Amino acid sequence: MTDADPVRLYRTVRLIRRFEERAVELVHGGQIVGGIHPYLGQEGIAAGVCAALDADDVLAGTHRGHGHVLARGADPARMLAELCGRVTGLNAGRGGSMHAADLSIGVLGANAIVGASGAIITGAVWAHRRRGRDTVGVSFFGDGAVNEGMLLEAFNLAALWRVPVLFVCENNGYATTMPVAGAVAGSIAGRAAAFDIPAVQVDGQDPETVRVAARAAVDRMRAGGGPELIEARTYRFDVHHTFEHAVRLDDYRPPDEVSRGRARDPVRIQGERLTDTDRAAVDAEVEATLDEAVRFALNSPEPDPADALTYLYASGLAARTGGG
Amino acid sequence: MPRLSYRRALTRALGDELARDDAVFLLGEDVQVGASLVTTGLAKRFGTERVRDTPLSEQAFTSFATGAALAGLRPVIEFQIPSLLFLVFEQIVNHAHKFPLMTGGQCRVPVTYLVPGSGSRTGWAGQHSDHPYSLFAHVGVVTVVPATPADAYGLLVTAIRHDDPVVVFAPAGAMDVRDDVDDLAPVPLGRGRIHRFGEDVTVVAIGHLVHDALAVAEELADQVSVEVFDPRTLYPFDIDGLTESVARTGRLVVFDDGNRSCGMAAEIIASVVERVRLLAPPRRVTRPDGAVLPFAPALDRAVQPGRDQLATAIHLTVKDGP
Repeated sequence: MTDADPVRLYRTVRLIRRFEERAVELVHGGQIVGGIHPYLGQEGIAAGVCAALDADDVLAGTHRGHGHVLARGADPARMLAELCGRVTGLNAGRGGSMHAADLSIGVLGANAIVGASGAIITGAVWAHRRRGRDTVGVSFFGDGAVNEGMLLEAFNLAALWRVPVLFVCENNGYATTMPVAGAVAGSIAGRAAAFDIPAVQVDGQDPETVRVAARAAVDRMRAGGGPELIEARTYRFDVHHTFEHAVRLDDYRPPDEVSRGRARDPVRIQGERLTDTDRAAVDAEVEATLDEAVRFALNSPEPDPADALTYLYASGLAARTGGG
Repeated sequence: MPRLSYRRALTRALGDELARDDAVFLLGEDVQVGASLVTTGLAKRFGTERVRDTPLSEQAFTSFATGAALAGLRPVIEFQIPSLLFLVFEQIVNHAHKFPLMTGGQCRVPVTYLVPGSGSRTGWAGQHSDHPYSLFAHVGVVTVVPATPADAYGLLVTAIRHDDPVVVFAPAGAMDVRDDVDDLAPVPLGRGRIHRFGEDVTVVAIGHLVHDALAVAEELADQVSVEVFDPRTLYPFDIDGLTESVARTGRLVVFDDGNRSCGMAAEIIASVVERVRLLAPPRRVTRPDGAVLPFAPALDRAVQPGRDQLATAIHLTVKDGP
């Protein structure tokens, strides 16, 4: 399978890494308002999982969602334009960081409500399969979501109706500042087991390990299996949200834990599988892509305030305006 | 002319749309058996794949429908109890309703949420008797409350064909209404209907209260000429149609089975007085603020807006004027 290509996998994690670093700069520079939830450190999960997907597959992500959208193949320039609130953005500037979506490639959207994507993806996959496609779906969520009833209901529905959804838990150890140990009774894999959903724990810092696990799960699901769960252990290298760059919170992560976590870097781990020449070529290509993305985003027009509610209704229903 | 009950009109609308469009499917609790007596026979006719019983997981199956709609289907969800809408308010408002705008027009979410037996069912008490249509109008989800069998059929068909989410409230108080119906046809959204023409006052009545308003209008016929306006759709609201009516009568009373504060009656009155100079202060007959329907039948009735209250409001608004 082409998805075993180490260069391709490296290119994805490198692209996400540098995209996020550039995006953080644009937050600090004021070009991105509202801040972002950086995916820094978790790149190997989106890259590994999306490498196992086919064109007809669908996914939905989280508020920390840039990696999922980029790994699925969205145009980084239009993605960055979306973060900058420009009309050329994926969502025409209407969604921003937390709602970036590209339905043309099966990205049903980053979703800012924790635990929301599971049931939506289950319904979408069921519908595509009813129409004769071989679609599988991926629902990404964090460790915080495993205490949301809505997600557990989705586990039940997907298992009951044997809808092939890969539930991917990105366990970075914290729901915002709440450590897993303070929030999760039992275990994440145990929740899957309760619904007879096969679950594996993988090292989310190794993109190839994630890819192999996702490939196996996707193959089983496409062969007629029901949903599966991957718990990818990972570490968030930076803040929960960039507001923490401006407002310093009490240390909720011990400094030695942070340095241990950052030492296992998915970009470096995957990069070491390439020759120096190949790696340098990918790095240069990614940099050129992002230079162009930044140029494109910042030179794109902002939406016209008169069009603020365009797209509110797909039916074209006109809402009353709020003025006197 | 064939007689059709409101309940059977809903059944026929569901059957006609399931037959017409393969993208339509129905899901909910006990819909295969037809516990609400609305989906009766549909599972036999269309199969259990398209008429799906769900586990008691309202939040998950509501978002399941959103996902299916994003993938091109047209789900219809039946909720057995109006209060379940509180449980899935997040899934409808934060996801189904917001996706078209948030994605910059990349998608549509054509889901119909059908609530047969909304409002009081007499004796079903606090957690089964709400009528929360104003909440959906407030957030801008298309909201319809048909009063008659023909409108129940026509608005449900329109809801299913509509490209945005629609909540269809079918009031318990209207479910057994029967009517002579000639030809059934889709009813456009946002178009009200005048059931009775009058000269002195316009009564806006919502859902099953249309029938009470018509009875009151008949009782008072020798004293005051009452026009009965049925908006049929609460959002979008036929403000042009109502303005035309009130501009003729000069007086307005709203008869609304919702709670008083921030309710539909408040919105309707505000929208009219922005446009029309009334001859007398408008009045509204509603449930009380913060109403919880008590169990005992006399208390249940006491909290619902009643015919006597409407008659009083009509008299007062006529007396107040010139």
